Amino acid sequence: MATQASRIAGRLMLSPVVVLLFLWMIVPLGMTIYFSFLRFNLLMPGTEEFTGFENYSYFFTDPAFWPALVNTLVLVLGVLVITVVGGVALAVLLDQPMWGQGIVRILVIAPFFVMPSVSALVWKNMLMNPVNGLFAALARGLGLEPIDFFADAPLASIIAIVAWQWLPFATLILFTAMQSLDREQMEAAEMDGAGPIWRFVHLTIPHLMRAATVVVLIQTIFLLSVFAEILVTTNGGPGTASTTLTFLVYMQSMLQFDVGLGSAGGIVAVILANIVAIFLMRMIGKNLEA
Amino acid sequence: MGEIVLSEVRKSFGGVSIIQGIDLVIPDGEFVVFVGPSGCGKSTLLRLIAGLEDTSSGTISIDGKDATKLPPAKRSLAMVFQSYALYPHMSVRKNIAFPLRMAGLPAEEQQRKVEAAAKVLNLTPYLDRKPSQLSGGQRQRVAIGRAIVREPAAFLFDEPLSNLDAALRVSMRQEISELHHTLKTTMIYVTHDQVEAMTMADRIVVLNAGRIEQVGSPLELYRSPANLFVAGFIGSPKMNLIEGAEAAKYGAHTLGVRPEHIDIAEDGPWKGLVGLCEHLGSDTFLKVEVEGIGQINVRVGGDVPLRHGARVNLAPQADKLHRFDAGGKAMV
Repeated sequence: MATQASRIAGRLMLSPVVVLLFLWMIVPLGMTIYFSFLRFNLLMPGTEEFTGFENYSYFFTDPAFWPALVNTLVLVLGVLVITVVGGVALAVLLDQPMWGQGIVRILVIAPFFVMPSVSALVWKNMLMNPVNGLFAALARGLGLEPIDFFADAPLASIIAIVAWQWLPFATLILFTAMQSLDREQMEAAEMDGAGPIWRFVHLTIPHLMRAATVVVLIQTIFLLSVFAEILVTTNGGPGTASTTLTFLVYMQSMLQFDVGLGSAGGIVAVILANIVAIFLMRMIGKNLEA
Repeated sequence: MGEIVLSEVRKSFGGVSIIQGIDLVIPDGEFVVFVGPSGCGKSTLLRLIAGLEDTSSGTISIDGKDATKLPPAKRSLAMVFQSYALYPHMSVRKNIAFPLRMAGLPAEEQQRKVEAAAKVLNLTPYLDRKPSQLSGGQRQRVAIGRAIVREPAAFLFDEPLSNLDAALRVSMRQEISELHHTLKTTMIYVTHDQVEAMTMADRIVVLNAGRIEQVGSPLELYRSPANLFVAGFIGSPKMNLIEGAEAAKYGAHTLGVRPEHIDIAEDGPWKGLVGLCEHLGSDTFLKVEVEGIGQINVRVGGDVPLRHGARVNLAPQADKLHRFDAGGKAMV
């Protein structure tokens, strides 16, 4: 990219993709914003009219709004804590030399390949089912009363399922970072008299910070839009106990056919995601600077 | 106090024997250099002394106490690594203080020792920087600082200068030598560079294929190499090793003569044709194709007006010849 001609050629060749990506983003966003200001119900075609911020005020005063907001944050934070802590622990374990290393590593990554709806069904019917589930059988074997997970602790159950799905991703990224940890640094610390715990705190943890930042940023984006797991297991219930913002938007536009209200919810979710992103970048983004 | 005694130390990795029985006594305060080609086991031997690897058999004693089974931290040795191995997220101050902090010293004493070490190593202005903001030479000095604050029984250096450029290597070499004169602590230094070995060592240990080939002061090794390996390894440019009829004249299987011990003389017995001719100013290195012998390296003064293709007669200095028998051992 040295000469002016090659720079211009580079820009020309890049521009179709940039234009396509921009349209890809701006057209749905523009249409959603437009719909959010309309009274637009699929059950009453032809009655669309501009209503200003009415959809937004309905969305904010919906009794499910605040529980959904809280549930969303609890879900995201819960899964992040479990996956980052568990991911660091698994990365440390996988880094130890052991027999059958290759197979164990593949097994650890396996849950990531299972589709969300499938894994949620497996958890719901084979593990957490209060009658036929494995956990229920274990509880009965110990003489305890089986727990009806999705009735008694719906959000915690969904957090467990989603964390199980994302743990491999966190482990993979953190394990890769783990392997780039300089052996000589570890040996130097060993000679300096630092025991395993001190070495973990002073060398391993700081070294993994950047990878953990990547894990948190990427997972937050995907966790804000968790949907299939809720639909397949609790359907947002009981009541609003496991309804997230994503699921609330789905219920309003797809179950109540109110596209205007759903669009307003969608825009609120976009704004929320951006607020979370700004906070995250402020808090941990500096870890990404070299 | 740091006398280190190795007896019958062996190390093998999965059936491959890397260190094949090393016996060595390193007296307190000596600067010992382990030198040898890559793969000769010199770094492994250092790591065995440090305790970073377990010995397969044999004993290592430090200060008269058996340290063979002691963990690295308990051996009171400090090591400087090839990659410096600084802790990247800690400032220079914290890096140097780390071993003191691990030893549980009070904060004021840590502070005092760090300041003192920084003064010795000219690091005072950089104490609050991170390692990534330092040059290669400064990082090396931080690594040395981290080693000296512990006041160890001995220092171990694992090729510490190989990541530095040539000019810096020369000055760091001198700094380490001066440090040794100031601290008078035992130092074990591993390198593949024979110039570093010759310039720094009190005693050189030449290693080859996991065995000690010869131990001696730099000049002893230069004057009387015990075998062909040491003869070829010590000295630059390399010693000429001549076999066949010419060697037989001197009653040897192999005749060794250093390039600096060959003169250009009218009546010299070796007649040859000058090939490559390197004028360095202070010296001239010649590659001479000698009839009946082959290529001979010659080192002569800087003002020799010879060019490619010139005819010369060479005369080896009779009292500087090295004779070796068929097994490669020096003949007395």
